[in-house]
Amino acid sequence: MTVRQPLPHDSGPLHVTGSARYIDDIPTPRDCLHIAFGQSPVACGTITSLDLTAVKSARGVVAVLTADDLPFSNDVSPSIHDEPLLAVGQVHYVGQPIFMVVADSHLNARKAARMAKIEIAEEKPILSVEDAMVAGSFFEGGPRTWTKGDAKTAIESAPRRLTGQFDMGGQEHFYLEGQAALSLPQDNGDMVVHSSTQHPTEIQHKVADALGVPMHAVRVECRRMGGGFGGKESQGNALAVATAVAARLTGRACKMRYDRDDDMVITGKRHDFRIGYEVGFDDKGRIKGIAFTQITRGGWAQDLTGPVADRAMLHSDNAYLLPHATITSYRLKTNMQSATAFRGFGGPQGVLGIERVMDHIAHDLDMDPVEVRRLNYYAPAKGAEAKAIGTGKPFGAEFSPETHRPEPNTTPYGMEVKDFLLHSMTERLLETSDYKNRKAQIAAWNANSPILKRGIAFSPVKFGISFTLTHLNQAGALVHVYQDGSIMLNHGGTEMGQGLFQKIAQVAAARFGVSTETVKITATDTAKVPNTSATAASSGSDLNGMAVLAACDAIRTRMAEFLGQGASVTFADGMVTWAGQSITFAEAAMRCYQARVGLSATGFYKTPDLSWDREAGKGRPFFYFAHGASVTEVVIDTLTGENRILRADVLHDVGASLNPALDKGQIEGGYVQGAGWLTTEELVWDDHGRLRTHAPSTYKIPACSDRPSVFNVDLVDGENPEATIYRSKAVGEPPFMLGISAFLALSDAIAACGDLYPDLDAPATPERILMAVKRVQA
Amino acid sequence: MIGVIKRVGLYAASMPNDILWTFGKAAGQDPMEVSFLLNGETVLVSQPATRTLLDWLREDRSLTGTKEGCNEGDCGACTVVVQDGTSVRALNACILFLPQLDGKAVRTVEGIGKDGLHAVQQALVDQHGSQCGFCTPGFVASMVAGHAQGRTDHDTVLAGNLCRCTGYAPIIRAARSAEGAALPEWLKQDAEWVAAQQPTGPAPKTSDDLAALYLANPDATLVAGATDVGLWVTKQLRDLDQVFFLNQCDDLKTIEVTDTAIRIGAGVSMTDVRALMAEHHPSYAEMIRRYGSEQVRNAATIGGNIANGSPIGDNPPALIALGTMLHLRKGDTRRDLPIEDFFIDYGKQDRADGEFVEAVTIPKSAPDLRCYKLSKRFDQDISAVCGCFNITVTDGTVTAARIAFGGMAGTPKLAIATMSTLIGQPWIEATLDAACDALATDYSPMSDMRASATYRLEAAKGMLRRYFAQSYGLPTNVLEVEV
Repeated sequence: MTVRQPLPHDSGPLHVTGSARYIDDIPTPRDCLHIAFGQSPVACGTITSLDLTAVKSARGVVAVLTADDLPFSNDVSPSIHDEPLLAVGQVHYVGQPIFMVVADSHLNARKAARMAKIEIAEEKPILSVEDAMVAGSFFEGGPRTWTKGDAKTAIESAPRRLTGQFDMGGQEHFYLEGQAALSLPQDNGDMVVHSSTQHPTEIQHKVADALGVPMHAVRVECRRMGGGFGGKESQGNALAVATAVAARLTGRACKMRYDRDDDMVITGKRHDFRIGYEVGFDDKGRIKGIAFTQITRGGWAQDLTGPVADRAMLHSDNAYLLPHATITSYRLKTNMQSATAFRGFGGPQGVLGIERVMDHIAHDLDMDPVEVRRLNYYAPAKGAEAKAIGTGKPFGAEFSPETHRPEPNTTPYGMEVKDFLLHSMTERLLETSDYKNRKAQIAAWNANSPILKRGIAFSPVKFGISFTLTHLNQAGALVHVYQDGSIMLNHGGTEMGQGLFQKIAQVAAARFGVSTETVKITATDTAKVPNTSATAASSGSDLNGMAVLAACDAIRTRMAEFLGQGASVTFADGMVTWAGQSITFAEAAMRCYQARVGLSATGFYKTPDLSWDREAGKGRPFFYFAHGASVTEVVIDTLTGENRILRADVLHDVGASLNPALDKGQIEGGYVQGAGWLTTEELVWDDHGRLRTHAPSTYKIPACSDRPSVFNVDLVDGENPEATIYRSKAVGEPPFMLGISAFLALSDAIAACGDLYPDLDAPATPERILMAVKRVQA
Repeated sequence: MIGVIKRVGLYAASMPNDILWTFGKAAGQDPMEVSFLLNGETVLVSQPATRTLLDWLREDRSLTGTKEGCNEGDCGACTVVVQDGTSVRALNACILFLPQLDGKAVRTVEGIGKDGLHAVQQALVDQHGSQCGFCTPGFVASMVAGHAQGRTDHDTVLAGNLCRCTGYAPIIRAARSAEGAALPEWLKQDAEWVAAQQPTGPAPKTSDDLAALYLANPDATLVAGATDVGLWVTKQLRDLDQVFFLNQCDDLKTIEVTDTAIRIGAGVSMTDVRALMAEHHPSYAEMIRRYGSEQVRNAATIGGNIANGSPIGDNPPALIALGTMLHLRKGDTRRDLPIEDFFIDYGKQDRADGEFVEAVTIPKSAPDLRCYKLSKRFDQDISAVCGCFNITVTDGTVTAARIAFGGMAGTPKLAIATMSTLIGQPWIEATLDAACDALATDYSPMSDMRASATYRLEAAKGMLRRYFAQSYGLPTNVLEVEV
């Protein structure tokens, strides 16, 4: 069977020969035009004068458009219609598009876009958390609070208490392929849009509104993206709409791609957070009650800030049973890029909050942080772990939860945790990584090393799988079997490198018992499958896999009914077999065709059993949880703060993997991206709200040597207890949080320099590390 | 880039000049004719002098395998393989002007696998080394060049290629598994073609040519590696009026080693400087390993890094600490000066109109030299602070000290007060404390996106303490710690 096989990415051979086509590689008509935005130079103010004379007369310029020139909707917001494509009167951040230039070349458009004379009556921008809190500049009308039990009383009556606050930075997606779109005008006012997008349906919707046509007049296609990571969930809308409007206006194909600096200045990034906590716990380290304050800067438009901040709240427990909890979330409106989706979608920020608390408690009690974590874990579901983890050791009695735990095994939002795997995963990872011995060796080594210090840390992740906006948990598919037995596969998911198309092709091939070569993977296309959800929330294979399965099975059932005439029919190894007969799949397809059996079907899937009240913060927002754990060792130089990740060990739960090779790729890549977020990747804005780190020369994603030089990744050999596609689990986002162990290990190394808690902010740049070293040494 | 020239509004072509026409000139927008080998096919192109190879490949040749990721030489998605008769090297096509390729052989990802997949291509597929695939062609090019050179230091070979998906582990597995595989046939064929070429383009062929040309056209922009000037074009969108390419001035690329000194021509690439330093000044060589990336070092020249006068260039502090003599030339007039005197102020160097950096001379031996580069990311990052120390201790007393920093002032600068605090004093902790205090009088660094002023000063002190600890044999290098 083709599922479970570690097959290479379907586009691998195309990638390595440069023949995989991205938006900017699509051959265009000779008269194709190119677009660039003229951007706001200030963060906040009113446009008093816009002189575009020089822009219009610049070389190669065909048209220049402002908001007044847009024929219909001037809106590229994915949520509350607060994001105009082109500024209207006011500007809200440095880089905001004010006008668009349509020219004969990309370079000429970029050059002309800089020639405007823009006068703006500047106002003081709201930039910092303090600015926004003082001004009461909130999205959604103010803070959102969810409670479980009575946190205040629990904290006050606890034997020990700690308070703390720390900042974690945002993150630039740095997809290697920048945002891009190409619009090709059709007859009758229709438009075909090629967009590098995780959300073709939204592009279709936004373009239709901008052109004043029904959605059926717009077809959006995306074969692949050069990386997405959430950055192409909503941030591609502007380019698609701009090209479509210009294509309508000029009657010519129009293309737009952001230069890297423009991309980084214009588009949103991961939300930064400030997290404050007050925690009450007992002398063993068990949490009695906790109060979190999560403050995030959402930028100038709401975009997806609401659900991102929700997911941060939803992950403020991570793997831990919090008997009493209050989580308060402030979503600040600031004069910066509109923060947006990014792998984990607020989850990592919430997780880092509670992991920080675990470390702080351990430091306070002088305990191994792993023990504090295990003590506070959710209870394992009876039998579930043993079944799910074939190779895991039984959970040690020493760390067993109390037999009669007074608290139900529920999250702060009231969902029962039934599939918790981390007890046995932790046990296994600590053993394979030799954690205990290494921790002792590191302590001994540090005692004799005044300048270099090593640190080691463990961190777990439990990540909720499903869109928290319940209606998004649906997917469609379209499958054709041709008379020669070849199969065309289409579904609503998009390929951004994660290997979704390959996994789904393996599912389709498995249903028909053929090889993946028999299955043609095709571009995501709104004309083939309508009303799709973004490929996001790690849901791509869960949702689309099931939809494809449904479509394949519909065809298979028809074929079986015709061929078997009541006998049981099997599809395997390229053959169709029934009642002693065996023919090739191609022959079966031909016979069915000649017998007028329908060989095309759609498939549909919706995730069952979800219910979620976002206002109350109660319900079952997630179908299931995916788990992971990592141990990271680092070394720091206490004279400069320079550091290296020396080794990482990962154990991750993907249920029964659809493709272990692709899943390992997600895990390794997720770890490094997560570690990058918390170490070298620093976004810096100046006092005027200008992003100073707007290119790879100043914004540093991990390079080759930043990966752990020893990097052991294992998959849990298990099955999803929920009925997902072949009992697999989602893998896109959860591994991102494995990188948190790198941050905690740096903190551990700093802690070796003195007695105080390091109180480290993220990202832990050499500068922050050195300053923390000096603090603990003081 | 060797000289940095003020721009003037005059259009160069309005100044007819015999020399100019004899040796050729290129206004940035005027076509310039060059010939090179592209994927095994000879091409003759007539393009504006500042047209980048990347734009030309993608827009004019429909060779879209080579990608634009950043358009400034920092991500490597545009990497191509270039043979120049002496070596096979990876270069960033996004900041490579077409005239720099005159007489060379270029292989893009399309040409690499034309007659069957190269071993690194197959290995990348087998090891799951591509996910989104957008960085992959650049990785392929870097890996092909590294493979041709027999390299096994893959982290260094690939430091200039960013991947956001894989976490690099499968790419390194691929690079390792392709080690030792047979070289592709085309490598030899391309080399044969290059060997048969006589450069015919309009660029100056000797430093004498250049000196005369530049004297007559002091407002021209000199372009060697274009790792800086490239960004004037791709990011600042400047139209350069007049450009002289130095890549064919072979006499600027010479290295002379005597018993006591090494003279390095301004046009020597940083890759070649690194190889040279590995033999004579290993700490400097290790610092250069982290300077830019393979692709950048293959293009960048030591003269360009000096002449642009950047306060954060990494060569100047090392050269100052070494006690380097700088050789300048204007027409037939030459003068020498200690390199620290070249850097007058931010954006201002002691260089006359029409004068250019011809070479530097460094001492052959400096066993006490240590160079420390500090940046947010370990590899391929611009320094927040670069500190270079050359302190001689004789019988427990400091007898000589040259200390210079980059990133601590408007120019690369000697730590005069710190040095005088050290010299004549015993090499002990108390002397070190005094020297650290003196650093604060030598420098008032600024805060920017790379580091705060406070951190810069603290880190500079930390470097001095590291040097001290190292002299007593204490472990100080995070790269030497193994699990």
